[in-house]
Amino acid sequence: MMASSYNAKEEDGHHSGAANHGGAGAVKSKKPDNTAFKQQRLPAWQPILTAGTVLPAFFVIGLIFIPIGIGLYVSSNNIKEFEVDYTGVDISSPCHPCAKNFSWNATTPCPCSVHFTLEQPFESNVFMYYGLSNFYQNHRRYVKSRDDSQLNGDRSALTNPSKECEPYRTSEGLPIAPCGAIANSLFNDTLKLYYIDSNGTRNEIPLVKKGIAWWTDKHVKFRNPGGNDNLTLAFKGTSKPVNWRKPVYELDPNDDDNNGFTNEDFIVWMRTAALPTFRKLYRIIQKKSGSTPTLPSGQYVLDITYNYPVLSFDGRKRMILSTISWMGGKNPFLGIAYITVGSICFFLGVVLLIIHHKYDTRNNSADIPN
Amino acid sequence: MARDGEDPGMAKTPKVKRQRKKKTKENKTRTVHANLLYDHAKGEENPNRHYANNKIKTTKYTVLSFLPKNLFEQFHRFANVYFVFIALLNFVPVVNAFQPELALAPVVFILSVTAIKDLWEDYRRHRSDKEINHMDCLVFSRVERRYVEKYWKEVRVGDFIKLRCNEILPADVLLLSSSDPDRLCHIETATLDGETNLKQRQVVRSFFDLDCDFDPLKYYSIIECEKPNNDLNRFRGYIIHRSGRRDALYKENLLLRGCTIRNTEEAVGIVIYAGHETKAMLNNNGPRYKRSKLERQMNVDVFWCVIILLVMCLFTAVGHGLWMFQYGDKRPVFDVLSPEGTDLSPIMSAIYLFLTMIIVFQVLIPISLFVSIEIVKICQVYFIHQDMELYDEETDSQLQCRALNITEDLGQMQYIFSDKTGTLTENKMVFRRCTVAGVEYSHDANARRLAMYQEMDSEEEECTSHGGTLPRRDSVASHQSARVVLRSQSTKSHRRTGSRAEAKRASILSKHTAFSSPMEKDITPDPQLLDKVNECSSQMEFMRFHSQPTSQLPSDLADIIDFFIALTVCNTVVVSSPNQPRQKVRMRFELKSPVKTIEDFIKRFTPSRLTSGSNSSSSSSLITSRSSNKGCSSMLSSPSAESTLTKLDEEKHHGSLEHAFSPVPPCYDGKAWNIEEGELRYEAESPDEAALVYAARAYKCSLVGRLPDQVTVELPHLGKLSFELLHTLGFDSTRKRMSVVVRHPLTDQITVYTKGADSVIMDLIKPPDTGNSKGKRQKKIVSRTQNYLNLYAADGLRTLCIAKKILSKEQYACWLQRHLEAETAIQGREELLFESALRLETNLQLLGATGIEDRLQDGVPETIASLRQAGLQIWVLTGDKQETAVNIAYACKLLDPEEEILTLNADSQEACALLLEESLHYIQAKFLCNSTDQSTKAFHNNFIPFDIYPSSSPSSSSSHTAPFMVHRLGLVIDGRTLAYALDKTLEDKFLAVARSCRSVLCCRSTPLQKSMVVKLVRNKLKVMTLAIGDGANDVSMIQVADVGVGISGQEGMQAVMASDFALPRFRYLKKLLLVHGHWCYSRLANMILYFFYKNAMFVALIFWYQFYCGFSGSAMIDQWYLIFFNLMFSAFPQLITGTLDKDVSAETLQQLPQLYVNGQNSEEYKPYMFWMNMIDAFYQSLICFFIPYFAYADSDVDLFTWGTPITTLALFTILVHLGIETKTWTWMNWLSISFSIALFFTVALCYNASCPTCYSPSNPYWTMQRLLQDPLFYLLCIITPIAALLPRYFYRACQGTLFPSPVQVGRQLDKLPAETRRNILSLSRVKVGSPLSPKPPFLSLSKPPVTGGNKKDQKSFPSSKTSQGPVLQTDQQGQRRGPTDSERGLSDLYTLVPTEIDTLPYTKDAPQLSEEQQSPQTKDSEGLDKSLETSDLSLSGWITSTPLLTQTDSIQLNLLPDGDAQCVRYTRDSVEKVKPAAQRTEQETGQPLHVTS
Repeated sequence: MMASSYNAKEEDGHHSGAANHGGAGAVKSKKPDNTAFKQQRLPAWQPILTAGTVLPAFFVIGLIFIPIGIGLYVSSNNIKEFEVDYTGVDISSPCHPCAKNFSWNATTPCPCSVHFTLEQPFESNVFMYYGLSNFYQNHRRYVKSRDDSQLNGDRSALTNPSKECEPYRTSEGLPIAPCGAIANSLFNDTLKLYYIDSNGTRNEIPLVKKGIAWWTDKHVKFRNPGGNDNLTLAFKGTSKPVNWRKPVYELDPNDDDNNGFTNEDFIVWMRTAALPTFRKLYRIIQKKSGSTPTLPSGQYVLDITYNYPVLSFDGRKRMILSTISWMGGKNPFLGIAYITVGSICFFLGVVLLIIHHKYDTRNNSADIPN
Repeated sequence: MARDGEDPGMAKTPKVKRQRKKKTKENKTRTVHANLLYDHAKGEENPNRHYANNKIKTTKYTVLSFLPKNLFEQFHRFANVYFVFIALLNFVPVVNAFQPELALAPVVFILSVTAIKDLWEDYRRHRSDKEINHMDCLVFSRVERRYVEKYWKEVRVGDFIKLRCNEILPADVLLLSSSDPDRLCHIETATLDGETNLKQRQVVRSFFDLDCDFDPLKYYSIIECEKPNNDLNRFRGYIIHRSGRRDALYKENLLLRGCTIRNTEEAVGIVIYAGHETKAMLNNNGPRYKRSKLERQMNVDVFWCVIILLVMCLFTAVGHGLWMFQYGDKRPVFDVLSPEGTDLSPIMSAIYLFLTMIIVFQVLIPISLFVSIEIVKICQVYFIHQDMELYDEETDSQLQCRALNITEDLGQMQYIFSDKTGTLTENKMVFRRCTVAGVEYSHDANARRLAMYQEMDSEEEECTSHGGTLPRRDSVASHQSARVVLRSQSTKSHRRTGSRAEAKRASILSKHTAFSSPMEKDITPDPQLLDKVNECSSQMEFMRFHSQPTSQLPSDLADIIDFFIALTVCNTVVVSSPNQPRQKVRMRFELKSPVKTIEDFIKRFTPSRLTSGSNSSSSSSLITSRSSNKGCSSMLSSPSAESTLTKLDEEKHHGSLEHAFSPVPPCYDGKAWNIEEGELRYEAESPDEAALVYAARAYKCSLVGRLPDQVTVELPHLGKLSFELLHTLGFDSTRKRMSVVVRHPLTDQITVYTKGADSVIMDLIKPPDTGNSKGKRQKKIVSRTQNYLNLYAADGLRTLCIAKKILSKEQYACWLQRHLEAETAIQGREELLFESALRLETNLQLLGATGIEDRLQDGVPETIASLRQAGLQIWVLTGDKQETAVNIAYACKLLDPEEEILTLNADSQEACALLLEESLHYIQAKFLCNSTDQSTKAFHNNFIPFDIYPSSSPSSSSSHTAPFMVHRLGLVIDGRTLAYALDKTLEDKFLAVARSCRSVLCCRSTPLQKSMVVKLVRNKLKVMTLAIGDGANDVSMIQVADVGVGISGQEGMQAVMASDFALPRFRYLKKLLLVHGHWCYSRLANMILYFFYKNAMFVALIFWYQFYCGFSGSAMIDQWYLIFFNLMFSAFPQLITGTLDKDVSAETLQQLPQLYVNGQNSEEYKPYMFWMNMIDAFYQSLICFFIPYFAYADSDVDLFTWGTPITTLALFTILVHLGIETKTWTWMNWLSISFSIALFFTVALCYNASCPTCYSPSNPYWTMQRLLQDPLFYLLCIITPIAALLPRYFYRACQGTLFPSPVQVGRQLDKLPAETRRNILSLSRVKVGSPLSPKPPFLSLSKPPVTGGNKKDQKSFPSSKTSQGPVLQTDQQGQRRGPTDSERGLSDLYTLVPTEIDTLPYTKDAPQLSEEQQSPQTKDSEGLDKSLETSDLSLSGWITSTPLLTQTDSIQLNLLPDGDAQCVRYTRDSVEKVKPAAQRTEQETGQPLHVTS
């Protein structure tokens, strides 16, 4: 800014200031207000981090964390979990032939059965999962490859799916419903569980296939186009995903509420897993009334309709039976973590105590002569 | 002379010649014709058409150019380009990571915020430009044949403009005519150079004698002058008249834009430079864009972040390539083909991924960092503005931060370059004492009065803080309100001149005049001297009545009256009357200029008409007082007068008779007679002139009028005397004196009065003829005066000697002849005039000397002491003379009486080289013998004091000897030597010498030199420099320094305009640097580090995830969180902390200036800290990633249900991390952190509930809601932050205990109750640095170099005799005791003065001053070292009784501080030839008293 302009302004300010002085005692000076905020004198807590001051925090953390950790660990250990790998990598595995020969193009399903024994009975509701390993559902392009509007039942999106679905957007000139790579790679093994009682008969264990998806997904996010009236009609003019054997409206022909986009297996699959090794809820085994365990200990057979090839990418397929506690599935990690962190805190607390006693004394008393 | 302009005969030839010449000199000069001649030739013909018009435009943008230009400018910042690049990258489908529009949002936000800010600033500039361009002025119109009003912007070069009183000049104008009878025009240049006194400008000489008014229509001359340049003090050129005659033009003829016309009713001039080519505008370069040191450091780390980013991206890309490669041809079902359905090769895929990762990881380069830093800086500036302690009641001004972006630099200063006058001192000269004819008049009453002012000041301060309503404005100012903006400049600038109490108290009248506070004006006369003056003047009156020659007056009385006449006459003070502010008092009795030509002289002085017995001769120029002028003239006509006068005298009287003696002055305003003397006001170019005039007035010798040719003085009993002013030989810095040649009205002798620096005047004194009594008396006077001068100097007074010389007619004629030749010379006029002055000023008769106090501003010594304790090197660069500068330096404790002073005065380059070489050797020798290897290393490697700072271990005694050994030296260098020393070949040596000195004082330095020194230090030593000054001469230095501080005190706005910070007073620098600087630095440093940490930590989370998603660039954190995390969720707490955090309280920071070292050494933000933070960030992100990872491993968790807790955890961790780093928790901190968390959850909940199908691909519908029902989420949120921050917390705790930084110790001090704290602080000050006493931890951080220096001195001194145990304990005693002769001997042992082995009064101590200044400090320690009292006594007794060591060259053996080695100390004594007995005795008697008291 140029000199004279500055001064002209300055002068202006001064003049008005002067007018005030002449006025009715209204002294308006530039003096800053004497407020705590403006003078940076706000009342404040000023913690000083020294061994002495920090010490209690460490002990408190240690004392709180260790019990929590033990509690978590115990509750995690109370969860019963059983896992069967049915990928069929091993030659001895009953599913080996299926695994070896199967590909996406196969037209006929390949059945195989896996026998296993539960050592302990499962008392409460049992959740049946299928688990996949090395399956990167979290791949960036994979995750994007879906059209939520379409899945929400939007008609226009049904016939004209989002570009994100490419290259699984159209097939033979027809829009794919549901489009995208996620839908295309839907897990389509069928699992059935039989209990072999003492006399060797196979009792099919009833598997509940509803209630496995999030309520909001089932009722808000996923909707069939045009309601659930006639799905075949609703999906007319669309094509099934390339890898699918049957169109989307035949996912569960028996239950209209579980068909089409609202099929819960489909919904569960569409919720892409965070990590390459994951499990997804497949069925729920409801606890029977009475005192009989949901799954008594004993022999079981898992009947698999082997449709889903994973060996090409070194994947594994598992069936998991698990009970559930308040903190979810079996995972001792958090308990261990709490115990570890608690112990470390406690240990550091002790270290600080030593430091405090050796070095910290002078700061508080000895230096102040008075 | 006058005829030149009117002679049209020879108009053609010079024009042709000139034009030919113009071609050759095209580039060097500018030719200005009058526009009137070309009015009809529209444009084409006008030779002035190429010159800039007077319209100014300081805006950067126009409406159209704003957007492109502003964007272009913003893209100069690399970060912006980067962010835009990334945002654009998102539009490429192959690589995009986020929704393109979303990714664009932050960049657009940041760019638009900056653009709006720029727009607003530019608009303000536009407004002020417009205001200025539309101011009015009178321009001569050929059509209307009169002056018409025009806007400033319409003024063109070559226009004639008419200026009226109090108008501001619209352009640079050559003065052609003035209504002033002397053809003068007074201007006030406060806006340009800040000087508030009036300056006289002369009409161009050829227009001087115009009888009638100047008529532009008759103007045919052509002006040739230099091209526009920014040198305010230079203007050269000549005016070519039609006749071909050339007249030189000087800067005295040029009126500069921005100045204000004063005291002149009308002036006419021709515009020479206009608009942007005016000197004012050329001087007004836009402020240099300053980038703070911290920001530079930060940019390096931003660069490192880029590298880290690239490495991470590269790693991921390679990982992705390999991941793809492992599947070979068997494309897994989850590896989606490209949209085109084509299969991507692993390599292509990796390349695409690299770009994608840059987008994903972009957060690593903190986009919000730059915005946040600016916000924080603005807040910091706000708080600095609001600081009450930086508010100056008296001027109603507070600190102004003019630069918004370098607040943190205030905390990192290492060198301070200070101006002296007006910065350290108040620039208020107060007459303190004088000596006349060898008799000292101590003016005790005056001293008491001054002391009273000070007391009143402090009282007033308390009273007025409740708000007095005294009228501050006078009527004069307010009735000018018609053009307030233009014309009340003077009132403004004078309001600033007020001193503290006086600002409220002063009368309306005194407001208007510079240098006229009551403190300066009302001098209480010394009764003894007053008696003598009265006696003397009554005798003179008596003698005049009886027509006795005044030479019969007793010589001491004659000296007294001469002394006062000299005080009143020998100056350039302009008298103005109060009723018409800024109108000079006219008492013109004759209209005659000073002797200008030899004919003039002959006319006036040759005995052409001898008329003997002219009875009225002796009263020729006596102006009688109102009551008795008639009677007087008759009574004076006694025959005895002529008998004693020479013939020549009589003739001369006759010459002046006709005009000189007129009882009633013709243009004298009768009313003005009645003005009491007290109301006359003096406008002086330098305040000490005014002080002397006021002093004389106190003795009733008052200056009542000054005209170019005559000075009117009113003397007691004698009434008004008019001195015919023959010549004024103005002050210049080489001669260091000024003289006036007057004809004494009483004796009619031609008398030369000279006033100047004692060092020069003493040399010019006529060697007294010891033969007769008169000569003896003279000799006695000289030696006594010298003694008193030494005493004055020791008191820190500015000393001036007054001398006179009586010229005989012949001598005068002889001198005049050559002087006139010199005056009329075209070539080398300055040199010739200089020589002429030298010829005149010889063989003077000493009258007396004065001591003027340039009062230090309040708190200057304390401030300097604090700043020095803070490890700042203080250099004073002043234009003042060496003696004054050194005195002030002592007074303000810049130089310590106990330290040795190297004085460098060299005449030539070689001498200077030699001197520097010698000094260097000396320093090294001295240093080597006093230091261990360690400190030698320190000496060579770093000169930054306290660099080896954290010497909290008690064993570091040797390491802290290094700084104070080095800093026990003071360096004094004068301007000429400085010029040599700044030469390329010598600058390194000069620096080596200078930086090993504790304080450096550069005297007589030009503004350019000042800036060169600053530049040199800044560039060569790579240190942070601060320049502080108040005047225009400091501007260049202020601009060059890293931080420029202007004092908005006395001298106008120039320095303030150039500065980054403007302070009302020097002492505020202490709080500004020590408190605000410290805070700003530590806040910002911590905030920047935190930013880097935060972003790295956040980005690393995604990086770890790449290992689990096939390096596909997938992010588990929702893109919304990712993008707004920085901008919203984590932004506020760090802003609050960055703005409000206080590591140490203001009080402690001021009491322990050592804490400032923290910033100087960049302790808060060192390069390794960046990496430590990065490592910590990576560690924390590992914890934050893997705890959720394992907790959710092999579960049915989906991508974003897993990612959201991680985001939450990261937020918690980041906030708690900030909490650990926050030192001061106010409710704002709590609020901001709660707000952040609440904001995150609110946004998350809303976002997750808002739309089930939008926000592809994450589609986080109802995620957060479900998480909140999950106990696992809470368990994770508790453990993860704690696990992540455990190491940092533990480290901080250990550090706080095991190796606390000084700042932490300061914080601990803060916590103590005030009483205890004070005790500890005072204790630390006393015992500091004494290696014998075991150091408590507090004390380790307070090692003020001052006391350290004392300690060393004391140690080494007695150890040369015996080893005296108790001495080592008495750190403070040296100062309390005051210096003794023997000590001074030590301190002055080495003074390099090869050129003038003069008496150097400044090398002596200022016992009284130092004792005064010391008292507050010693007060606190008093109680603590009472036990040492007895030993002190014995010690001081011993010292005072030691014989003088100073007289001979000597070699002393000194014991080292560690006491184990001996070495030779060089001592060379070249000064102290004359050791004033008086001073010594006074000290010897005085000192023991100080000790016991």
